[in-house]
Amino acid sequence: MKNKFIENFAKGVFLTSAIMSIIAILLMCVFIFAGGIPFIKEYGFKNFLLGTEWKPSDYPPSFGILPMILGSVYVTLGAIIIGVPIGLLTAIYLAKFSDKKIYRFLKPGINLMAGIPSIVYGFFALVVIVPFIRDMFGGTGMNIITASLLLGIMILPTVISMSEAAIRAVPNSYYEGSIALGATHEKAIFSVVVPAAKSGIISSIILAIGRAIGETMAVILVAGNQARMPAGLTKGVRTLTTNIVIEMAYAAEQHREALIATAAVLFIFILIINGVFLVVKRRANN
Amino acid sequence: MSKFLRYAVKFAAFITFGMLFFIIAYILVRGIPNLRPELFQLEYTTENVSLFPAMVTTLMLVFLTLLVATPIGIFTGFYLVEYAKKGNRLVEVIRIATETLSGIPSIVYGLFGMLFFVIYLNFQYSLLAGTLTVGIMVLPLIIRATEEALLAVDNSLREGSYALGAGKLYTIFKIVLPAAMPGILSGVILSIGRIVGETAALMFTLGTATKIPEGLFSSGRTLALHMYVLSTEGMHVNESYATGVILLAVVLIINYISTKLSNKLAKGNGND
Amino acid sequence: MTNKDKIIIRNMNLYYGDFKALNNINMNIKEKKITAIIGPSGCGKSTLLKSLNRMNDLIEGLKIEGEILLDGENIYKEDFDVNLLRKRVGMVFQRPNPFPMSIYDNIAYGPRLHGIRDKKKLDEIVERSLRLAAIWDEVKDNLKKNALRISGGQQQRICIARALAIEPEVLLMDEPTSALDPISTAKIEELIQELKKNYTIVIVTHNMQQAARVSDYTAFMLRGELVEYGETEQIFSVPKDQRTEDYITGRFG
Repeated sequence: MKNKFIENFAKGVFLTSAIMSIIAILLMCVFIFAGGIPFIKEYGFKNFLLGTEWKPSDYPPSFGILPMILGSVYVTLGAIIIGVPIGLLTAIYLAKFSDKKIYRFLKPGINLMAGIPSIVYGFFALVVIVPFIRDMFGGTGMNIITASLLLGIMILPTVISMSEAAIRAVPNSYYEGSIALGATHEKAIFSVVVPAAKSGIISSIILAIGRAIGETMAVILVAGNQARMPAGLTKGVRTLTTNIVIEMAYAAEQHREALIATAAVLFIFILIINGVFLVVKRRANN
Repeated sequence: MSKFLRYAVKFAAFITFGMLFFIIAYILVRGIPNLRPELFQLEYTTENVSLFPAMVTTLMLVFLTLLVATPIGIFTGFYLVEYAKKGNRLVEVIRIATETLSGIPSIVYGLFGMLFFVIYLNFQYSLLAGTLTVGIMVLPLIIRATEEALLAVDNSLREGSYALGAGKLYTIFKIVLPAAMPGILSGVILSIGRIVGETAALMFTLGTATKIPEGLFSSGRTLALHMYVLSTEGMHVNESYATGVILLAVVLIINYISTKLSNKLAKGNGND
Repeated sequence: MTNKDKIIIRNMNLYYGDFKALNNINMNIKEKKITAIIGPSGCGKSTLLKSLNRMNDLIEGLKIEGEILLDGENIYKEDFDVNLLRKRVGMVFQRPNPFPMSIYDNIAYGPRLHGIRDKKKLDEIVERSLRLAAIWDEVKDNLKKNALRISGGQQQRICIARALAIEPEVLLMDEPTSALDPISTAKIEELIQELKKNYTIVIVTHNMQQAARVSDYTAFMLRGELVEYGETEQIFSVPKDQRTEDYITGRFG
């Protein structure tokens, strides 16, 4: 009888722990949305999302976040353009072109890359990439290109490790079948194996998009952070994430609510990306 | 064409690993000479820019976060793998929740932590608020690692234990958990890496006070936050390099251990 | 010696979801004898065996009708202590499954579980169990060695010793030699003969020679039904049912 009580008690503890994750996500939704949505309603959905002016200290203040939405989209797009080809090709190299010895040496490198804190990436970009871009394009060197380069590097481990796993999961018979028809090693891999790993590769890109959009502290150091409509690749830009960090420290009242609303918009972006990711992944598993 | 593809693949790999090597080497070369003894003085002043308080704060945060998140993560793993029946709706929901949690950017965690722990629960900028915020953040990592490690434990071991009259709980703690330990540990160690490297989630929860926190309700700054503050102030580039060296060293050690552990796990399962 | 019935199975049906895996089984298992259950794969012989210590409980969607009496008490009645049942009815599995710990700790696992903490007592139990399982001489100098680092045949005898350490009354064996080489198999068969002095043994085997060699009684099962059950000598020389004869003479299926 006592044993049964202990067993049931433990099960209850485990179940409670398991439910914590659900509670956490619900609380996050409640607090972010409850903090942001009233403001959006009051200020106007359209004015907020499509407003091109972010001037919280003007009178009356304007809180349009279109510049930041576009900023996030541009640097993310840039990161994908830079990071995905390199990442995917590196994944192919790791899965199909590296011999075992080299692989055992390189693979931990990818994990290491994933483990380096964003602040270290950001600082590196600040002291290396920014001066480099400044020399090339003039200006401050803090702009869309710099942020894209930085994020392109930062998403590499995500793209590489997931794509590599997807490529490795393709049955060897695909490769052999192609080789048997007279294809070269390279041709077999690029025309048969990689396409077969498509859904895994797409998931890795979706995840990378999520990473890039969500990155904050590294971007803040190199993007220039001007709250205006993006004016060109070599001009500074502000993203949704950096908008929050830069102004949260001194924001009050309506301004603060506007920042929370910014987070709510970011949160929705992320939930959509996550949702797409889960759907693609689930489809890949079936 | 084939030749071109081969070169393209090798070139990309060269860029990736070259970049990794360059980043690490650059920070180490510029940073190590800057690891001056003053940086390790007990108290931070604007003169010495000591990173010692930040080191201690980081350790405190790591310890407290693991104290909160590890049991919850492992217990969740127990529930998902050892208790929940197949096709259980709740399991589906928990899985979606943890996967969603793992995709949420740190800044959203940070803002949530600020709104909920700092303001709503009135913890102020504090070690406690920071701990709980980062705790939620690393939870999915620990849950995932635990789940995978538990699933890798051969079912015949569980049967063997039940057949001797052991109950579920006894079997889990005496047989399953020890066998799954390396995998769980590697998840915990990766979490340490996340906590040490975190900035955005901590800025508005832990705060950025320069002293070592005196208790759960006092603020502090971790190494990563310290590095961020130094970098934005722009006056202490050398000290930023030095902090970067220490962060990198932590990451290198963590990766080394987790690689060792996962190798051990792979070997442990190949015993027949 | 009287032939007391240790286990009585009465009108037993077993379902996996909608699938009826065992159909109206009636069988009396004699105390301190060896009973073999034979039959083609999928006939339900392992399922029947695992019903005897309720290892089947772990399977989802399982339903059992009828009753199984151990010393006259129904093991499926509501408040029956399953853990105690499994202490009384030990089990050895098809594939050796030593725990990933030392040989000593493997054997001591059961006794510790059931509350024995005294080091001296545990030492005694470990030695006695290993002797009973005829493996003491091979491992006595290596008790701290990890049980995964010995041969498969030795592992299986460690598992038998582990089952014996909690002093069960009945020992269930689910094709205990199917994963082993002939020499290890011979050692285990010899051991089973030895154990029958003190234990009631039920062994499932797909190997008819093995059943004929080691058992006193044999049950032949087919598609979830108990076709024929009787003394081993009779089953193998003058089977009453045509299907049994077909099976043991190899004309089956």
